Amino acid sequence: MDPLVRLILAQGMLGLNNGVFYAMLSLGLAIIFGLLNVVNFAHGALYMTGAFVALILYSYFGIWIGMSWLHIGFWPALVLAPIIVGCFGMLMERFMLRWLYGLDPIYSLLLTFGVTLVLQGLFINFFNASGTPYPGQPESLRGVVNLGFMMFPKYRLFVIVFSIVVCLAVWFVIERTRIGAMLRAGTENPDLVKAFGINVPRMITLTFGFGSGLAGLAGVLAAPIYSVSPLMGADLIIIIFAVVVIGGMGSIMGAVATGIALGLIEGVTKVFYAPAANTVIFFLMVVVLLVRPAGLFGRTR
Amino acid sequence: MNVTTHPEIAEFDALSGPAGQTRGRALQAVFWVLLIGFVLVAPFMLYPVFVMQLLCFALFACAFNLLIGFTGLLSFGHAAFFGGAAYITGYALTAWGVPPIPGILLGAVFSAALGYVVGALAIRRQGIYFAMITLALAQIVYFFALQLPFTGGENGLQGIPRGHLLGFIDLNQTLNMYYFVAAVFMVGFLIIYRIIHSPFGQVLQAIRENEPRALSLGYNTDRYKLMAFVLSATLAGVAGSTKSIVFQFASLTDAHWQMSGEVILMTLLGGLGTIFGPVVGAFIVVALQQFLSGIGSWVQVVIGATFIACVLLFRRGVVGELARWLKVDSL
Repeated sequence: MDPLVRLILAQGMLGLNNGVFYAMLSLGLAIIFGLLNVVNFAHGALYMTGAFVALILYSYFGIWIGMSWLHIGFWPALVLAPIIVGCFGMLMERFMLRWLYGLDPIYSLLLTFGVTLVLQGLFINFFNASGTPYPGQPESLRGVVNLGFMMFPKYRLFVIVFSIVVCLAVWFVIERTRIGAMLRAGTENPDLVKAFGINVPRMITLTFGFGSGLAGLAGVLAAPIYSVSPLMGADLIIIIFAVVVIGGMGSIMGAVATGIALGLIEGVTKVFYAPAANTVIFFLMVVVLLVRPAGLFGRTR
Repeated sequence: MNVTTHPEIAEFDALSGPAGQTRGRALQAVFWVLLIGFVLVAPFMLYPVFVMQLLCFALFACAFNLLIGFTGLLSFGHAAFFGGAAYITGYALTAWGVPPIPGILLGAVFSAALGYVVGALAIRRQGIYFAMITLALAQIVYFFALQLPFTGGENGLQGIPRGHLLGFIDLNQTLNMYYFVAAVFMVGFLIIYRIIHSPFGQVLQAIRENEPRALSLGYNTDRYKLMAFVLSATLAGVAGSTKSIVFQFASLTDAHWQMSGEVILMTLLGGLGTIFGPVVGAFIVVALQQFLSGIGSWVQVVIGATFIACVLLFRRGVVGELARWLKVDSL
């Protein structure tokens, strides 16, 4: 195989790996925005919290309760962390964001920005700011797979497949089930949905919790790949914002597809001009704004 | 959906009767006296470098307020103008030996041009998207500040010479430097005051209250918004340039998104859409950071908690609450 093609495929796979994280995070952001009209700045911090919950469950929880031999591993964390982060999100919605509905949405953006600073500051105080590796990667997913053009870590392949399955499942729930129908109706006209006897405030809380839980899930998946650091969500959320501006927050599939595509593009850019890799998404955003200001899948709102 | 509502700000209209206006003018005069008095005597009562930092951030916050408070646009990328201009001025002074005033002007021209580009792109979308776009564009500037060959990477630009003002006033003397910074601040503040009270400023406030209506009255709102963005960016750049001369360095912190957040906090804490609020807010935030610098990264927690408290309980800010309590508008 031509070395350049091999290199492009290899970087493409790593890009795809980043892309599924973009997809999962922008998906959660889009779900929350759709129903609540809130742009959750804390989404990156919730992702970071998810990774820390996994780390704490493995390395610290046992010590805290006096059983230092106890390590709660990756698979339980994959279930527990999203639930914990989701509950945190629900508390945030119930006790803070709820007071801001009806005001200009910039206030909820600023509120969640404040939450981001608090979460980051807390984790910096209690953990190493430069990052701690997550030791709990499951035994079964160690090692590499031969893809023909490269040796790809088995775990990363798992992350790609698992994330895409999660995204498809979320899409299915929202577009094809009764709960999803209520959610979409609530997005369109909350008053009418209320009139049908559906508890809209509770639905909003649950939706926020679900979106937050998705961020937490992405965090757990990221923990074994990147080192777990208090700032891991900070720069990511800005990329996610650009993804969301490019894709438009109107459609679930749009958010997912845009996230994956941008991850791929970012990866391939590394092959041709590495220094541009961390800005290419922002430049693409500029191009989209010039050509299609409403975003690729968006309707202006 | 694109009708922005600022009930807090709109409420002032109802408050101001003729009596309220007279009281408002008197109170404004009091604030002017306090501000000018403070600027003149502060270096003798407080540590001058601290006051200079304060004035730079106050100007930054006032410039920012022109956009959010008087035009209703939330930019989450103002650090790009502040930090970008700091780098340009720093480089001009260090590498080309440019004197301070032309150096600051170069920084201002740079941030004006940058503001034109960022503003023109961002106003293509409304409301919350505007904030996200400015944030993402500012991140490009941040990465440039990190990666371009002349910016000193992680270290930033250090040892920027202060130079001589007009060729004979030595800015290495603390008091000379102080009064130069005070003059820059006062000029910037007066410019902003003029803009707010000009017919142009009235149109901006009309756009803030109800953009479709301003549009239907025949105003090209996009052009006004862009103009406001460029003016705000330029003055933010002046603040950043001046800061780089005071501290003799330009660093990545100046261009980081967290700085954009800090200026939002200053403005919000002081009072969106008030004249003196951002100065008060900058004072509180800078003093808080100075006071709490001993507790390390807990500062971030305190800043974040202040943000949350401000948004939930205190959306009018200090000066805004004061104005409401005294039933006056335009403080």
